[in-house]
Amino acid sequence: MTEEKIITWLPACNTHDVPVNGGVCVKYHDQQIALFHFSRRGEWYATQNECPHRKQMALSRGMIGSQEGEPKVACPFHKKTFSLVDGHCINDEDECSLTTYPVKVENDMVYIGFTEENGRDTEGILA
Amino acid sequence: MKVVVIGNGMVGYKFCEKLIAKSSAEKVEIVVFGEEIRRAYDRVHLSEFFSGKSAEDLSMSSTTWYEENGVKLHLGDPVQSIDRPTKTVHSYKGITENYDVLVLATGSAAFVPPIPGVDKEGVFIYRTIEDLEMMQAYAKKAKKGAVIGGGLLGLEAAKAMLDLGIADTTVIEFAHRLMPRQIDDAGSGILINKLEKLGLKICTNKNTSEILGENAITGMQFTDDTKIDVDMLVISAGIKPRDELAKLCGLEVGHRGGIVVNEKLQTTDHSIYAIGECALYNGMIYGLVAPGYEMAEVVASHLVEENKSFTGFDMSTKLKLIGIDVASFGDPFVASHECRTVVFEDTMKGIYKRINITDDGKYLLGGILIGDAEAYNMLLQTAKNKIVLPPNPEDVILGSRGGESEGGAGVLSLPDEAIVCSCESVTKAGICTAVAEQGCETIDAIKKCTKAGTGCGGCVPMVKDLMVHTMKAQGKYVRNVLCEHFNYSRQELFDLIKMHQLKSFDAVLDKLGKGDGCELCKPPVVSIIASLFNEMILVKGNDTAQDSNDRFLANIQKGGTYSVVPRIPGGEITPDKLIVIGSVAKKYNLYTKITGGQRIDLFGAHLSDLPAIWEELIDAGFESGHAYGKSLRTVKSCVGSTWCRFGLHDSVSFAIRIEERYRGLRSPHKLKGGVSGCIRECAEAQSKDFGIIATEKGWNLYVCGNGGSKPQHALLLATDLDSDTCIKYIDRFLMFYIRTADPLTRTATWLNKMDGGIDYLRNVIVNDSLGINEQLEADMDSFVESYKCEWKEAVENPNIRKRFSHFVNAPEEKDPTVVFEGMRDQKKVKDWK
Repeated sequence: MTEEKIITWLPACNTHDVPVNGGVCVKYHDQQIALFHFSRRGEWYATQNECPHRKQMALSRGMIGSQEGEPKVACPFHKKTFSLVDGHCINDEDECSLTTYPVKVENDMVYIGFTEENGRDTEGILA
Repeated sequence: MKVVVIGNGMVGYKFCEKLIAKSSAEKVEIVVFGEEIRRAYDRVHLSEFFSGKSAEDLSMSSTTWYEENGVKLHLGDPVQSIDRPTKTVHSYKGITENYDVLVLATGSAAFVPPIPGVDKEGVFIYRTIEDLEMMQAYAKKAKKGAVIGGGLLGLEAAKAMLDLGIADTTVIEFAHRLMPRQIDDAGSGILINKLEKLGLKICTNKNTSEILGENAITGMQFTDDTKIDVDMLVISAGIKPRDELAKLCGLEVGHRGGIVVNEKLQTTDHSIYAIGECALYNGMIYGLVAPGYEMAEVVASHLVEENKSFTGFDMSTKLKLIGIDVASFGDPFVASHECRTVVFEDTMKGIYKRINITDDGKYLLGGILIGDAEAYNMLLQTAKNKIVLPPNPEDVILGSRGGESEGGAGVLSLPDEAIVCSCESVTKAGICTAVAEQGCETIDAIKKCTKAGTGCGGCVPMVKDLMVHTMKAQGKYVRNVLCEHFNYSRQELFDLIKMHQLKSFDAVLDKLGKGDGCELCKPPVVSIIASLFNEMILVKGNDTAQDSNDRFLANIQKGGTYSVVPRIPGGEITPDKLIVIGSVAKKYNLYTKITGGQRIDLFGAHLSDLPAIWEELIDAGFESGHAYGKSLRTVKSCVGSTWCRFGLHDSVSFAIRIEERYRGLRSPHKLKGGVSGCIRECAEAQSKDFGIIATEKGWNLYVCGNGGSKPQHALLLATDLDSDTCIKYIDRFLMFYIRTADPLTRTATWLNKMDGGIDYLRNVIVNDSLGINEQLEADMDSFVESYKCEWKEAVENPNIRKRFSHFVNAPEEKDPTVVFEGMRDQKKVKDWK
């Protein structure tokens, strides 16, 4: 699927800028992306930073973990948990899903991928 | 067998569900006709449609349920006639189906009183999603609303009006009180008070004589010659059974409506059944969903040749009306000469409780609860099952006051046939069997297996108690394991972490757990590590395992900013320090408020400002107040003997000594203390985890009190102690609590669950019955010696400090989505949603 889409890669930060098994918030124009380093699993994930429940910019400060093997993040406000893989809300099926973004690491640099669906490169600065 | 069901409401759907569960698809063919265009939906929660739920959210089943279960569903196609001799039905769209068994679940329609003008524009009934959609469209131009009917449905409709944004709404009730079938005059008074606080106007004893206006409604005229301006009216004055089909084909109906049925819910034609609000059993229409479900159960059982009968149904109800608990059970209105009544009324809090008990005080007959209906389930069971009341029957509504025994009858005293979940009619025996024989050892498993607790959810605490008791009775060791990653209770983990000297979350997980950890196990594990080793909580990778407040050493607030609370031991502060707090608050534009714990909270700090704020506070001699942690908060004190003419001892000095001793102590939950200088108890020490009250001879020590949502007075542990002994006892008490409590369990709950209660605890703390006191004291001493202010460490450590920024790739920028507004000369955060 993703091979067919045009992905714009934002160089977000250095790997050591992200706490182990934790997240940070990345600014991309007027968007906020939560970037997670799931060191225990050797995985990186990125989602929207806004929790859809109360529209709070807080998921990057949330705690990550897993439930039956599925990596997830818990919002610090009311502990809604979301899958880091596809963004769906795990403990409330009525809650909206998160947008997720591909992440890659090259030479200690972490990149977040934007496509037409998950974000806009309004100023074309990444191309 | 071919079963045709007319009506696809809640009861009609439930009937299909129950019949399918009891028989196989090969044996039974089901055809359903529904008048509405939607699949059966939850009419009880209809008003949630306005608070954001969609029609789909309210649906009783998934889109594919009928297909998957082989049920033929015709929606938007009401049956027009029933031909009994040929056993066929004919629908509006021209479908003819024959039947072996016909079930009428046609429900009811709104009863519209014959008032001149009810046909005017802007007058609505409140029954279906279509009605709601029409109201929604009309409400946009309406400003003054009214509802005719102050019963259950009328008040639901009034809530709907509020949700639609019509703040000026009047409820008009013909009787002289609200909910005349459920509650008494005094209860109605309390309810009216509460509803008026929410902005509703309530008129009882009002009879509408005419609806005014040309084409659309503009006002209402009453028989007492008063009138009001109204531009939108909802009529919700009662229900009228839908019995017209039954009448048409010659079945017997009651003279005020309703299809006459016997105890098998059969109509006068025994191959035709009627269930739900259209059925008239013993001269009564059952206008609630639970008896409708019971009727569905009886018919479904009858069809598969199980023997069940309908013998009437308890009309006890509990509901939340616009956020207010209202319940009535058993016989709420027994005349006073036949029984005794106990009434508790608190007009401050808007709580009214009434119980009717037999003359001899032994049995509960019924009652009413308004404002606080927590005891409803237990009281209902006590009444239904004729359980003998405690010696002071008032305990069942007031709780036991004084003494150490639990007030009221516990879940264990219920007989096996007691209905625990009334939504799904699951008995106590049903739940216990699921636990004992089907191995359901979690609430979720019990829900799946028995459906108990899947309706309103009110019975879940009782189900949980039953589960635990059943497992214990089987000799199973019931452990509260943390989560899927650790098969240990908190107490077991505490001992293991201590034994293996594990100092990081990952080390604990590697050695004792599996998987990756989660938000349930991470905070308790790192809390244990902090209690045991007292190292800085943000090192060794433990930062991201801390709860988010601990992770940033501040309390996250609405909007994502933080609040800052410097420690003010005992609530004593110098003018110079007050000035520092004031100038820091001004410099960083913070909202300030005095807390309940005698200190000052500074709100609205951006994450990136926290280190700078703390640097200034620390320079002025402040230290962290740990308001963000599950740890010691404050030790509140009265002014004590230094100033107070009644004071016996210097409570402030003692409070400061204690607060400074236990500052930063991580524990299963937050800890609060208090010291009062005399028996007047101005520090409210008896509502704290540990409270100290001066006596002529020394100090009395109380433990395990709690304020908050479940207030509980602390219990006396020891009397007339000197200061050092008092501290020694608190050392032991706190360390024992930290070692043995489950996560997020306050000392009050910890004690409530402890076998032997306060006597056991006293034996451990005072008499050293476990021989661990030396160890407990040594652990506390080593903690006290190693205390450091963690904010000081955080601002001095560049690696920790750099985590305090919102954007990793723009650390100097603040979160642009944070918006403040002004209020009373300070700022407040913009409200969410």
